[in-house]
Amino acid sequence: MTQLLVGTKKGLFALEGQAGKPFEVTSRAFAGEPVEFATRDPRSGRYLACVTSAFYGPKVFYTDDLAGEWEQADGLELPEGAEKPLERLWTVVPAEDDGHLYAGGAPGVLFESTDGGATWELNKAFWDQPTRPEWSPGAGGMCMHSIATWPGDPSRIALAISAVGVWLSDDAGQTWRHGNKGLYPRYMPEEAREDTIDLCVHNMHRAPTRPDRLFIQFHGGVYRSDDAGESWVSIADGLPSDFGFPMVLDPADPDSAYVIPLVADLDRTTPEGRVRVYETRDAGASWIEHGDGLPSDNAYLTILRQAFCGEGSGSTMGLYFGATSGDVFGSGDAGKTWSTAVTNLPPVHSVRAA
Amino acid sequence: MPVVRLRAPLSELAGGRRELELDGVTVAEVLRALEREHPDVRGWILDERGLIREHINVFVNKDYGREDTPVGAQDRLHVLPAISGG
Repeated sequence: MTQLLVGTKKGLFALEGQAGKPFEVTSRAFAGEPVEFATRDPRSGRYLACVTSAFYGPKVFYTDDLAGEWEQADGLELPEGAEKPLERLWTVVPAEDDGHLYAGGAPGVLFESTDGGATWELNKAFWDQPTRPEWSPGAGGMCMHSIATWPGDPSRIALAISAVGVWLSDDAGQTWRHGNKGLYPRYMPEEAREDTIDLCVHNMHRAPTRPDRLFIQFHGGVYRSDDAGESWVSIADGLPSDFGFPMVLDPADPDSAYVIPLVADLDRTTPEGRVRVYETRDAGASWIEHGDGLPSDNAYLTILRQAFCGEGSGSTMGLYFGATSGDVFGSGDAGKTWSTAVTNLPPVHSVRAA
Repeated sequence: MPVVRLRAPLSELAGGRRELELDGVTVAEVLRALEREHPDVRGWILDERGLIREHINVFVNKDYGREDTPVGAQDRLHVLPAISGG
């Protein structure tokens, strides 16, 4: 039995079921509130949800029991005198140390918790980056959406922000540097592409069994790094479009990645009215199209950056994604075949297997 | 004269031209000249107040430009959809 946490524009939904069959909605929390992201820390079993009330601002809530009460986490705020308030929280990621978590948000901020998510502290070194006044947001705000830890080494972290590129730390977040070499922003004039830091990374993941390898879905481009994020090479050949948001890796296969292409920045829908997932098993040298069981007729869906997840690994890996149409789809065979898990939810922001 | 570079759909509104030489010594003046020469562009880059639309970026060569940014005869203006749009 798989439990999915589905963050939507109107609340958090917990689903239960088996890949390949319809899922049931087993609970709903934060009714009416936008839930950007929800996850379960596999070490503690604790559930954490990023909720952005239109009235009361962004908060993280946590609970150890989905049927119980949620508690509000403390400390998720910007320093006095900040030009903008905290706008949104995009992700919560378990770190390598027990009880240690990271949270990323807008405007381009990193928080850390060392007590399992109950209290948080701003990473000041990142907040104080001297180029911060020059940073530009993407359409969703200046969101830190990807935090890639290094299995077994808490000192090494990679971050990605729309639209301030990739950031790397080798000292547990005390100092940061760019990791943008090779990223190619088509949305900038030719003469500005070399030097700009306006780099709109949409998603980034590290291969756990080969941690110096990372993959990026970019704002026009799909890339791979084999040097821990210092430099990047294009792997978009063979995709119907290099634009998209979500990305999933098979954690057991460092040559694997899954993407769901959309047409382009000016038309953020599935190409040709068909929903397809693309898989590589050779580090991006080639891509395999998967559409069996997915809508293929007048299906102009939008899948947001956190709305795609994996569960397990190998040939029985589960894959799940949700669309702004309110539909959630699942595969129990690593993407070869798909079925509809649930329909008619509010627009889906995030999907994570608990 | 400065050169304005456009992408679709703006280039289609400008008679299919991706590069145009236009008069003006500020970004706003050059964009107004574009509107005079190709009236179909009117309202697409500058709003009714004469301001660059929120999700349009205008670069003067490699730098972000605003309405009052000076433009020289050798400069190139790039009009691009901003990544903040869509």
